[in-house]
Amino acid sequence: METMVQREITAWTALELGRRIRAGEVSVTEALKAYLDNIEQTDGSYHAYVSVWREQAFQRAKQVEQELKEGKYADSPLAGVPIAVKDNICTKGEETTCASRILAGFRPPYQAEVVDRLLSAGMVIIGKTNMDEFAMGSTTETSAAGATRNPWDTSRVPGGSSGGSAAAVAAFEAPVALGSDTGGSIRQPSAFCGVAGIKPTYGTVSRYGLIAYASSLDQIGPIARSVEDLAAMLEIISGWDEKDSTSVSSEYKYTYLDVIEAVKQAFKDEKDRKELKDRNQGGDIKNACPPQVLAGLRIGLPKEYFGEGLDREVKKCVLEAAEALKALGARLEEVELPAIKYAIPAYYVLASAEASSNLSRYDGVKYGYRTADYEGLQELYKKTRSEGFGEEVKRRMLIGAFVLSSGYYEAYYNKALKVKAVIKQNFDRAFEQYDLLLSPTAPNVAPRLGESLADPLKMYLGDIYTVAVNLAGLPGISIPVGFAEKDGKRLPVGLQLIGRPFGERELFQAAYAYERWQKASGEVKELFAEKAEGGQRDDRERREADESKSTI
Amino acid sequence: MKIEDKTIEYVAALAKLELSEEEGLTHERARGDLERILAYIETMNELDTEGIEPMSHVFPLKNVMREDVVREDMIRQTEQMEGRQIRREALLSNAPSQKEGCFVVPKTVE
Repeated sequence: METMVQREITAWTALELGRRIRAGEVSVTEALKAYLDNIEQTDGSYHAYVSVWREQAFQRAKQVEQELKEGKYADSPLAGVPIAVKDNICTKGEETTCASRILAGFRPPYQAEVVDRLLSAGMVIIGKTNMDEFAMGSTTETSAAGATRNPWDTSRVPGGSSGGSAAAVAAFEAPVALGSDTGGSIRQPSAFCGVAGIKPTYGTVSRYGLIAYASSLDQIGPIARSVEDLAAMLEIISGWDEKDSTSVSSEYKYTYLDVIEAVKQAFKDEKDRKELKDRNQGGDIKNACPPQVLAGLRIGLPKEYFGEGLDREVKKCVLEAAEALKALGARLEEVELPAIKYAIPAYYVLASAEASSNLSRYDGVKYGYRTADYEGLQELYKKTRSEGFGEEVKRRMLIGAFVLSSGYYEAYYNKALKVKAVIKQNFDRAFEQYDLLLSPTAPNVAPRLGESLADPLKMYLGDIYTVAVNLAGLPGISIPVGFAEKDGKRLPVGLQLIGRPFGERELFQAAYAYERWQKASGEVKELFAEKAEGGQRDDRERREADESKSTI
Repeated sequence: MKIEDKTIEYVAALAKLELSEEEGLTHERARGDLERILAYIETMNELDTEGIEPMSHVFPLKNVMREDVVREDMIRQTEQMEGRQIRREALLSNAPSQKEGCFVVPKTVE
């Protein structure tokens, strides 16, 4: 197939690709091949994947092609679309390692519920993505498989812990991906890689088959290049599951694409109206006021999220995006969340405590790595775990064991649970007046490789805008809102919107309206079209340079 | 807070970890990291939580109970297999060491 066609395939949104597959314009195999070719070409530089399922994916693509012919997946907008899955999500019979040595070679005997749902929707898994070991980290550098690099600047990290998923989507190595988010692990890498990601309300997506880090905070969610695709993905993976006792069995209907359609219609109506006016009066469409699709929506800007430590350029981008939401009809006001500064300390107590308990199952007996030489059971445990886990995981298990130990439990663990309660109250109060809260996703752009590992505490502080959302169980979305220039490179900036419990529809409404208006108005350049051209060119040059080196 | 040597040893024993003396996360580094991280964590003491109940879950959750029966419909991973014996094999297949349908561990009782 010609490269131009392949480039076109990978430039489409997942929904567009799905539409064309069902219309018979592109086959499932062609779509898969286009993405596998991109992986082949560029993943040597980015290392977004820990395993690529070439053979299995082609077999699966053929199967879906056949099923489509038989009329299956009629109501499934993403049937035939490839997807990348984070390596902490169990894929039956296929290696699932959490990017840890201790799970090397682990082939789960069962399928995660989300994976079952992807397959039921006709999607084709293309591979497993890199991550911080056991999702503990904010840079994807703690992976036992080696670091992932940011496609916008390979001297920088993609963020983490779902850095492989975000980098794969940003680098056109997958149209969509699944990540998991315990303290920001979907939203922060999405921001750093210039893509969109959502952490749903706790209980929306089944955690059955998600290898646990901190069970009371973990949620699976999608990463994509457009808000529309996020909505389509969340429709597929959300909903009650009897196998996850924290899955919410509400009467709540998990539908999101209708919100996208409504916003689309509003824009279309507006365009029709403008064009009519234009024809009648010779007016200028470009100066048109955007449709007031967000009229009545109240958005709070937490004062604490725009203070000290926030990069000047990041702040500028986020406030410009806030202005765009205002232009679309939303009402913006400052709000206070006074307890929010204690979210990080509380998070590291609770997450570490749960991790130390959850990771006690890795004992060298049931699965994964076992040390070579040992005498007695205790030594088997200790040596296996000391050799199998990386530094950051050990550090958190030590913190966890400490805060749970007798004598310290009350002062640390119980205190953190009380702080969490106060943070929840802060949010409850804010949501009495506002439908959404708006903030930067991260205080800075992606740091350079190695910068964060030297100082774990500093890395923890980078989660400042995201962790409280997990503590309160709320939904949060990160969308790309422009670039900050650092050392001559343009690096993506993300904006976070936080919703009420099960407020995903409002998140999608605001995020999609922004995305649509951004494109329509041309205020920000086409983020991805440009990247598609530039990225592939850079890689070709790099590859050619590498090849010439190796022949010398 | 100041972390004593014996505290680090105790916590490492709880976590079933051996801290290296030379490389990686050494005893000394673990102690330094823990001291700094706990000092930061202690900033949460500035927040008055008098009268606040500790909150484990943000949404009301109930224990989910079911009858302890084999649910054939939930054993999808072995749908192509027949019989319990093969299911047991599937579950044991990841074990570093197995024998006669059991996990093998070092002798623990003299």
